[in-house]
Amino acid sequence: MSGMGPSRIRHLISIDDLDRSGIERVLDRAESFAEVSGREIKKVPALRGRTIVNLFYEASTRTSSSFELAAKRLSADVVNIRSAGSSVDKGESLKDTVQTLSAYDPAAIVIRSPHAGAAQLVAGWTDAAVVNAGDGKHEHPTQALLDVFTLRRRFGSLDRLNVWIVGDVSHSRVARSNILAFTRMGAEVTVCGPPTLLPRQIEALGCAATPTLERIHEADVVYVLRMQHERMQQSFVPSLREYAANYQINHARLRPDQLVMHPGPVNRGVELSAATIDSEQALIGDQVKAGVAVRMAVLYELLVGSPVLSAVA
Amino acid sequence: MSPRHLFHTARPGDNLLIRGAHLLDPRADLDEPHDLLIRNGLIAELGEPGGLPAPDEIEVIDAGGKHVFPGFVDPHVHLRTPGQEYKEDLDTGTASAAAGGFCAVVGMPNTTPTLDTAAVLGSLIERAQREARIPVGFLAAITRGLHGEELTEMAELRDLGALGFTDDGKPVVSAGMLRKALQYQRLAGGVIALHEEDPALSMDGVMHEGAVSARLGLAGIPSLSESTMIARDGALALYEDARVHFQHLSAVESVQALAAAKAAGARVSGEASPHHLTLTDDMVRTLDSRFKMNPPLRSEPDRRALVEGLRSGVIDCVATDHAPHAVHEKEVPFEQAPMGTTGLETAFPALYTELVLPGELELTTVVERMTAGAALYDLPTPRLAVGERANLCLVDLEATWEVGEDGYVSRSGNSAFHGRSLRGRVLLTLAAGAVAHRRPMLVRDAARSGAGAGRSGEE
Repeated sequence: MSGMGPSRIRHLISIDDLDRSGIERVLDRAESFAEVSGREIKKVPALRGRTIVNLFYEASTRTSSSFELAAKRLSADVVNIRSAGSSVDKGESLKDTVQTLSAYDPAAIVIRSPHAGAAQLVAGWTDAAVVNAGDGKHEHPTQALLDVFTLRRRFGSLDRLNVWIVGDVSHSRVARSNILAFTRMGAEVTVCGPPTLLPRQIEALGCAATPTLERIHEADVVYVLRMQHERMQQSFVPSLREYAANYQINHARLRPDQLVMHPGPVNRGVELSAATIDSEQALIGDQVKAGVAVRMAVLYELLVGSPVLSAVA
Repeated sequence: MSPRHLFHTARPGDNLLIRGAHLLDPRADLDEPHDLLIRNGLIAELGEPGGLPAPDEIEVIDAGGKHVFPGFVDPHVHLRTPGQEYKEDLDTGTASAAAGGFCAVVGMPNTTPTLDTAAVLGSLIERAQREARIPVGFLAAITRGLHGEELTEMAELRDLGALGFTDDGKPVVSAGMLRKALQYQRLAGGVIALHEEDPALSMDGVMHEGAVSARLGLAGIPSLSESTMIARDGALALYEDARVHFQHLSAVESVQALAAAKAAGARVSGEASPHHLTLTDDMVRTLDSRFKMNPPLRSEPDRRALVEGLRSGVIDCVATDHAPHAVHEKEVPFEQAPMGTTGLETAFPALYTELVLPGELELTTVVERMTAGAALYDLPTPRLAVGERANLCLVDLEATWEVGEDGYVSRSGNSAFHGRSLRGRVLLTLAAGAVAHRRPMLVRDAARSGAGAGRSGEE
């Protein structure tokens, strides 16, 4: 992993690459980029003439589009590669693909892979800065940063904030990065889900774990995870109906002052009720909006990295 | 060693005087410096240090401060032949073994094609007689194709030279299938060795299930996928009075299950690998595929239980489970990489550095357990005694080296110890009376001592 502290980091592979001040530095810069996104001309010249490769081995809508927009708003040239229809599809190894792309001398490679550790491997094969846009069930650090950004805007600080992460924790890279990021920023985190989908010893990440929503009233924020349909076929839960009966977040279970987040895409009526998604309590739209500004800040941090105040000058 | 079940390129016995080395053979109650004379491949004489006269024309190795142990025997290696020679072959695999101080190894049958017929075994024996630098024994498959459905022709395989049987790499999932194999052992003979894993519990796991797998989001392999099968098969072995050997134990519950089976009177034995005895799942935090193997590296309490099991004798011997893989196969994300680490060249140095030097195990225990694999397969145990064939290794316990710094003798470099600094280096190995390995620097030493090693003037 890259170093921590005030010195610039070279790659963003894991939330562990950033200490609390590092996270705050990225989010402060994201605030200034959020202002850029409010302008009519949503572009700054920070990365003019530099190339950013988005290498996506998994389907993605919001992550890939927000990385693309982030790079373009920083005036970078962007190459998007998806596994379908590329040489990846023809059986080329990750190493060969990365070395081929590195010949174009990109400033950064953004990679999404179905396999844990892929981003870290890529970092060893290229001179470019590497951003992990999700590696298997391991981590999704930019999602965690945009979630912290969203909460910080709402609450000012995450200190002593009580956050529940509810759903399929076992298969969720978002859960792992968010447990690390939320606790690092001072929040208290509880994970909750079917016992078959809570990893043994998940508490070692610094969170509490519970199989029921009995104490959900203690939460300031409920972060809901996507429930994937294939988990039913694998018998992790007997049916979507039973899952929803025990774990769906809806108005019957929430107080009006509790806020709801979700990394998307949502299964309406499964992990979240439709009414809750569309209510004032949901921060889902804020999360999506934060995505571009936060990813601009991450790219800027890795590729330019000068003091925050000059970022938008 | 037993000519009937071990195969290699027969060479004439060597002549050598090893002067002043500390001889350590726990079974011979030998633990002091001696001169050791080898003539025509046999240990001809032991004498006071510096006391044996050097016969004319014989090479003399000044080995003061070095140690001589009985040659190590590894009951569990993958030589990848036939079919996967790009990973290892009989020449490179046995050269790697000799470089680690081994004088005999036992190959596993998960080759391509599977070693499950007399034809495959016959051709492998012929190749071993042409290519193997040290004696090699072979285990044949228990079931055809390792599919766990039909027995191989165990009696014919045994007659042809199979030391025993295993489906290693895979468990025999069906208790009924295994029971038939254990019954049939009464006709065929040979040890039945088992890779224990309940696939319904290990599923798609790639590492030990615990805090580290929770952190990394990798599917876990729970310890009980191994220990419940050892408990089941210990009971079957007892019921059928069969001879069963449990391969590569990894967990505290497995050591307990083996101890219980032994206490109940079952004729069972067990092995543990240097990597399970010295490393834990904490190493997997690096997501380096060198640390991916099956069974997986487990927790520190598991590691300690294996060391204690080896010390007490519940675990009978050390086995490397040497599992070479090509660079391109391991240079992929952790979940996609094949399971396995090489182990022959690092086995003794790893155990000496990580267990003997910190005081977890006695040196004599390590030497005993690294040679005990022979008796488990009814092979003669290497001994440092007059009249025995020379099966021994000369080791410098003071030498420190970095694993991989000079490359590997094995064709593959997927060592879990890669980059580690280890103490203890094998300088010379004799197997079946002939020199099978020697460090280049030792040639220089011999030349200086005027032993005619054929070096010319350059220094």
